[in-house]
Amino acid sequence: MAIKLPIYFDNHATTPVDPRVVDAMLPYFNDKFGNAASRNHAFGWAAEEAVENARAQVAQLIGATPKEIVFTSGATESDNLAIKGVAEMYREKGNHIITQVTEHKAILDTCKRLEKEGFEVTYLPVEKDGRINLDDLRRAITPKTILITIMYANNEIGVVQPVAEIGKIAKEKGVFFHSDGVQAVGKIPVDVQKDGIDLLSISAHKLYGPKGVGALYVRRKNPRVQLTAIIDGGGHERGMRSGTLNVAGIVGFGKACELCREEMTEETAKLRALRDRLKESIMSKLDETFINGSMEHRLPHNINISFAYVEGESLLMGINDIAVSSGSACTSATLEPSYVLKALGVGEDLAHTSIRFGLGRFNTAEEVDYVASRVVETVSRLRELSPLYEMAKEGMDLSKMNWKTA
Amino acid sequence: MAYSDKVIDHYNNPRNVGSLDKKDANVGTGLVGAPECGDVMKLQMKINPSTRVIEEAKFKTFGCGSAIASSSLATEWVRGKTVEEALAIKNTDIVRELSLPPVKIHCSVLAEDAIKAAISDWKHKAGEDAKTADASASHS
Repeated sequence: MAIKLPIYFDNHATTPVDPRVVDAMLPYFNDKFGNAASRNHAFGWAAEEAVENARAQVAQLIGATPKEIVFTSGATESDNLAIKGVAEMYREKGNHIITQVTEHKAILDTCKRLEKEGFEVTYLPVEKDGRINLDDLRRAITPKTILITIMYANNEIGVVQPVAEIGKIAKEKGVFFHSDGVQAVGKIPVDVQKDGIDLLSISAHKLYGPKGVGALYVRRKNPRVQLTAIIDGGGHERGMRSGTLNVAGIVGFGKACELCREEMTEETAKLRALRDRLKESIMSKLDETFINGSMEHRLPHNINISFAYVEGESLLMGINDIAVSSGSACTSATLEPSYVLKALGVGEDLAHTSIRFGLGRFNTAEEVDYVASRVVETVSRLRELSPLYEMAKEGMDLSKMNWKTA
Repeated sequence: MAYSDKVIDHYNNPRNVGSLDKKDANVGTGLVGAPECGDVMKLQMKINPSTRVIEEAKFKTFGCGSAIASSSLATEWVRGKTVEEALAIKNTDIVRELSLPPVKIHCSVLAEDAIKAAISDWKHKAGEDAKTADASASHS
């Protein structure tokens, strides 16, 4: 089978929209194009029906009821709504929020804003494997804690947090538990009942749906969670999120969720096998390679590897027909190396050498073999160019060197 | 990030990759940068002590494509130049030649530092004035 270049192995950043999802969306652009809030004519009714159908599809994927699904413009908005919405609604009860250091910026920056407005935030550290320590969490809870927000799975290292245990602790202490489920929903079984989750952020474009739409699950029973809206207007989504619904996007989102639910078991097994094949092929042929984060508690389609002595951006340049991403400072907009890797205790030198591979529904074994061989070839070539590799091979301890920085 | 053709060329066909014998009295070795910063350049030159001409230059770099290109270009430029001519090479010349975007200018600065550090090492070995040894540390 001929491989089509370039190859896409960056499915944590976004995913291609499944053709079946596109087909489901098309009628809602210029045929059934009504506003779902138009109560008085067939155009509106058709749109509303489609939205409610999609709402049920999203709910079913996560073990919720349709009334508990609020549609948003995406997970960043859902994260903002969950945290700011709870903070505002319950500020008489308390002003303390607990989160952790490897969260997505949508969570961290929202927490930073709340700190400016007088809230206290605890940022729990993570262990070397990338997971929080449950005792740290228990100890951090105070009578003023109103929210715990901990992501289900991390976008850079794919590490899965002990979500069910966190849910239990939160329930014991009477604190709401929000989880940014963006990387986990649709990929591994997420059940808000079993996991004890009260609020969950979901993104359509991470599970083969369109960009620009997502949802926030808001628990209605045991306990009931209320939110102060962050967007005011016509009172849509039970007053929790005003604004005309992105009907076509929502229809696509619903269809994408349905496909994930139906195909998850098989797809997970396939992707885990491909990921393991990629990992084996690369690591068996190169020395001084290290996996970042726990392999045991990890998304089946993710691997994050540091290639010592080879800088990430130069590696990406060498495999420029393959789409992946790196924790190197050079590849970030701010020239800062990955804060997630730093939180794991990965040294900055190794952070600069890290590559994240995120496999997806449309990747094949042929692509994995091609990528593995190109990575091995490029790393080897760059190590020939690397003064650090040369010094390491000569037996020098690079950590003891006195570097003359510019 | 879009790379200029010249950067891509240096990356795919780096000039003068390798090492010279750092124990040789006529070889100056400059090692600049730090692994934690994501940029380390080693630039070596073999200098003829009587003519002060740089007869050979080799480099190895840990860094992005622009860093590799900057140091590769540096070895190309210093060959055949005298020590004094090589010291006159400015990072801005490298930026212009490789069309480096603003976010990559620091790679060219490091390459200029590497040239100066290598020459300074040679001068030190030759017992010359060590005043220029601090030149590489003064860039911010």
